[in-house]
Amino acid sequence: MNNFNYLRADDTEHAVALIGKETNSRFLAGGTNLIDRWKYNLTHPDTLIDLANIEELHQITETENGGLRLGAMAGNADTAYHPLVKKRYPLLKNTILAGASAQIRNAATNGGNLMQRTRCYYYYDHESPCNKRNPGSGCPATEGHNRLHAVIGHSENCIATHPSDMCIALAALDAVVQVTGAEGNRSIPFTEFHRLPGNNPSKDNTLRPGELITSIDLPAEGFAENYSYLKLRDRNSYAFALVSVATGLRLKDSKIEKANIAVGGIAHKPWRVQEAEDFLKNKRPDRDNFAQAAEIIMDGAEGFEHNAFKIPLTKRAIIRNGMMALNPQETQRPGAGPSR
Amino acid sequence: MKNKNGEIGKAKSRLTALEKVTGSAKYAAEYNVPDLLYGYIVNSSVTKGKITALDETAVRGIPGVVDVLSHNNRPSLPWFDVMYSDMDAPPGSPFKPFYDNEIKYDRQPIALVVADSFETARYAAAQLKVTYETEDFDVDLRKNLDDARDPSKGLATLIKPLPPSPKGDFAKAYGEAAATYDGDFRHGTEHHNPMEMHATTTVYEGEGKLTIYDKTQGTNNSQIYVSNVFGLSYSDVRVLAPYVGGSFGSGLRPQYQLFVCVMAALHLKRNVRVSLDRKQMYTFGHRPQTVMKARFGADAAGKVTAMHHKAVAETSRFEDYNEVVVNWGNILYPAQNTLLEYQLVPLDTYTPIDMRAPGGSTGMHAVETAMDALAYDLKIDPLEFRLRNYAERDVSEDKPFSSKELRECYRQGAEKFGWAERKPEPRSMKRGNRLVGYGMSSGIWDVIALPARAEAIFTKAGKFIVKSAVNDSGQGSYTVMTQIAAEQFGISTEEMTFEYGDSEHPLSPIQGGSYTTGVVGSAVKAACKVLKEELFKKAKRLKNSPFADSEEDAIYFRDGKIYAADDDTVFVNLTDIFQNEKEDKISVTKSNVPNPLKLKQYTRAAHSAAFVEVEVDEQLGTVNVTRAVTAVAAGNIINPKTARSQILGGMVWGISKALREETLTDFKTGRYVNPNLAEYHLPVHADIHDLDVIFVEEKDEIINELGAKGVGEIGLVSMAPAIANAIFHATGRRMTEFPIHFEDLVL
Repeated sequence: MNNFNYLRADDTEHAVALIGKETNSRFLAGGTNLIDRWKYNLTHPDTLIDLANIEELHQITETENGGLRLGAMAGNADTAYHPLVKKRYPLLKNTILAGASAQIRNAATNGGNLMQRTRCYYYYDHESPCNKRNPGSGCPATEGHNRLHAVIGHSENCIATHPSDMCIALAALDAVVQVTGAEGNRSIPFTEFHRLPGNNPSKDNTLRPGELITSIDLPAEGFAENYSYLKLRDRNSYAFALVSVATGLRLKDSKIEKANIAVGGIAHKPWRVQEAEDFLKNKRPDRDNFAQAAEIIMDGAEGFEHNAFKIPLTKRAIIRNGMMALNPQETQRPGAGPSR
Repeated sequence: MKNKNGEIGKAKSRLTALEKVTGSAKYAAEYNVPDLLYGYIVNSSVTKGKITALDETAVRGIPGVVDVLSHNNRPSLPWFDVMYSDMDAPPGSPFKPFYDNEIKYDRQPIALVVADSFETARYAAAQLKVTYETEDFDVDLRKNLDDARDPSKGLATLIKPLPPSPKGDFAKAYGEAAATYDGDFRHGTEHHNPMEMHATTTVYEGEGKLTIYDKTQGTNNSQIYVSNVFGLSYSDVRVLAPYVGGSFGSGLRPQYQLFVCVMAALHLKRNVRVSLDRKQMYTFGHRPQTVMKARFGADAAGKVTAMHHKAVAETSRFEDYNEVVVNWGNILYPAQNTLLEYQLVPLDTYTPIDMRAPGGSTGMHAVETAMDALAYDLKIDPLEFRLRNYAERDVSEDKPFSSKELRECYRQGAEKFGWAERKPEPRSMKRGNRLVGYGMSSGIWDVIALPARAEAIFTKAGKFIVKSAVNDSGQGSYTVMTQIAAEQFGISTEEMTFEYGDSEHPLSPIQGGSYTTGVVGSAVKAACKVLKEELFKKAKRLKNSPFADSEEDAIYFRDGKIYAADDDTVFVNLTDIFQNEKEDKISVTKSNVPNPLKLKQYTRAAHSAAFVEVEVDEQLGTVNVTRAVTAVAAGNIINPKTARSQILGGMVWGISKALREETLTDFKTGRYVNPNLAEYHLPVHADIHDLDVIFVEEKDEIINELGAKGVGEIGLVSMAPAIANAIFHATGRRMTEFPIHFEDLVL
């Protein structure tokens, strides 16, 4: 870990000004991933701009359209246990609590959750080639250990996955990311925030240089009646998802009026397929229909030596999670495991 | 009256519990001596080849950097292998850090950067520019099975014997069997992952004298190694390890941080600390990847007649590490036609090292899977099948058991678990979305006897002190030794002082193999016995001694006094002895040397039976061990509380071995890719449910003075196979690769 300068931003404008002025500088939020990567010799900032003092970023407030604004610096745990989140967005709550450990959730922030980087073994080994870390150096994961890796939306340059649980719920909930920068404020639909690796895997998202996430806005509809998060992983806590599914359903007269399904652990970004959700409209919420939706969602999936099992597993998880969403009171348990 | 205290057999908390949970216990990297320098190790980034250049310019330019040590500028070192040997060295040529420019395995230590702070040393280490000439390498066991060969013999194969010779006619018996099983097994590499990472703090006392705080399972082992390698006299090297934060075998041999730390301290004539980081904890010994074949045959009456168990395991190119993988089956089940084989494939890795229940936890997976499969094939209850094959005598060596209460383990374990509720057919028990399975397994671990020494002291102030160099890596050895010593004098554990973890104390073998309680405990008991004789002799000589004409069987010790056995109004205060003494303490040192001729006549083993319930969500591939009971016959249980903790820890490890942990090797780069606790999956609380332990009463007068067999390993041995068998009962699928993952169940 190199020596570095440490600065504190007073407000968002100050933060944006500092990041524009200081070379090789980074925003510091909870630090749970940035400091980790630093210690692993993956990143070497010269200046840290700490956002902790920017009071407005810590807030969770209701919005005019009946939604909820989650400040970028609000903690993951504080968000999950916020009364309005628990009541109106239980899918988000369950998803946050399925991630990391209690200690990490206490330190980690909402904005930081979006900005965390892949846990690909080869990305994390600074001596290894990696197109994400060192563009053009190659991707050893395609022929190496790729059990954690993507089965859909990958490119020959990168098969990494985005590791977040929280982002899967935010994608399913149609959240919007609010950002500010030297050129002003922008709103980015959540599903357009992260990007696929393509020819430029070093870029995880669509933020422009120097832009700062200020909040994540949830729309009014939270699917609090019919929702489910299912996470499949190598141990029952403190492991990244091999496959995870967040489902929100709006039901009317025993039929699906709206279905939002996002899948984690299988791609470089939370995976949502509009066509599958359209297919489910006005269908009965049963195994057969979820199975057909799962086929649409996984269309084009292609596995590697160690992760091909994720393709059938994801389809089964989509079906099971759809059924679990019909009865969240009975099926939603801490840790987001499958229903008994 | 006589056994008022009875410290042996009391359930006591660890005497160090408070220090450990409040953080006041000091570990090797926590001794903050003055003017301390910090070393950080640079590891090779290639798996095999030669270092062609080391560019230290950038490193030496960093303020605070004191020195860079490597093969280029290291002090002169001995060439002979024997000087690098240690108490646990397998046959071969021990790894010599910084010896030359040759790279033998990935992340081999190649240089040490010494600085005035840990952070500076670590940062500077990252700036060292190393140029390599790479060579081809092989780290994939399964691709190199053609190179399998017999292990070399040496000291290690005496304690960990090679398989017995073939017996009867396996091929014929297998061909004629009414039921047969043929399975191939695979276990991946595993690392020990103790909480405390390996570290050494060396205090340079001047004139070649060193005091060393080392993470080790044997203070004497580190002392002997350092003395031999650096040409120091034993009396000038003192090694201390009062607290060890887990080791599980990783501290059985001196690891390279000790070597480089001492080298730097001697070279710079300064106090130096070297601690490894978590990633570096994956750069020395490990449990070897192993492949196995098991072919068992049974007759129609359910007797196992034929047994072929072959294991091929990885070792390094420089040493032949061996473990006992295939010997267990025929000790447990008296088949008359056996073929037991164990071979090694040298690969470009570091030498494996014993990891909790080495060999047994690997081999028993194949043995107990084969037994389970035969039982199902013959439609016999798996427990009944094992009872039909119960060995009253060890046919593999043609010897009686020194004691064996395995039958009682089966009975009590099955009853507590509710084995009778099991429906015989696979896939026949369900709960909602989940298949439920019951599985069981036998377990066995050998009882090793070794010599050890202890000193027992009684002081003028009335204090009892017992000393041994032995370690306590967290198992509770310190507590147990104190109990054993206290019992001898009829005092409470709190009144006894046991001093340990110091190479200046009487010699102890390295702590491992589940033998510490039996081996060191017997030495403690022997030393106390001699001290009692000495004290009694002196009490007899006191003026007007009531015991002047008494024999030893007419008295007993209690609360710092000697009492007449038949009249507790007649006694001598032990401190009165000092009226006639010049010294202010009476001290005796005694070795306990086992009698090999007597021991050789018996097979000596602890046994266990594990019963496990799993729930398997077959659609999604999730497995949960919902409850388990392990019944253990391990002779005399000195402390039921710490012993229970050992068995629980073993059971958790069994869950880990069957379902969680594995070091993933990238065979193309020769590198372990998950060297951290986020991606090396040890179980978490959410994985552990209802676990129960039973200790079955067992008397053994052969094995050692205490009749104690040790409990460090036996809890692990039976657990993992029982899980695999429970998954079979739930799903009808045999699990032959550990760890078991989603893909093994959903595909």
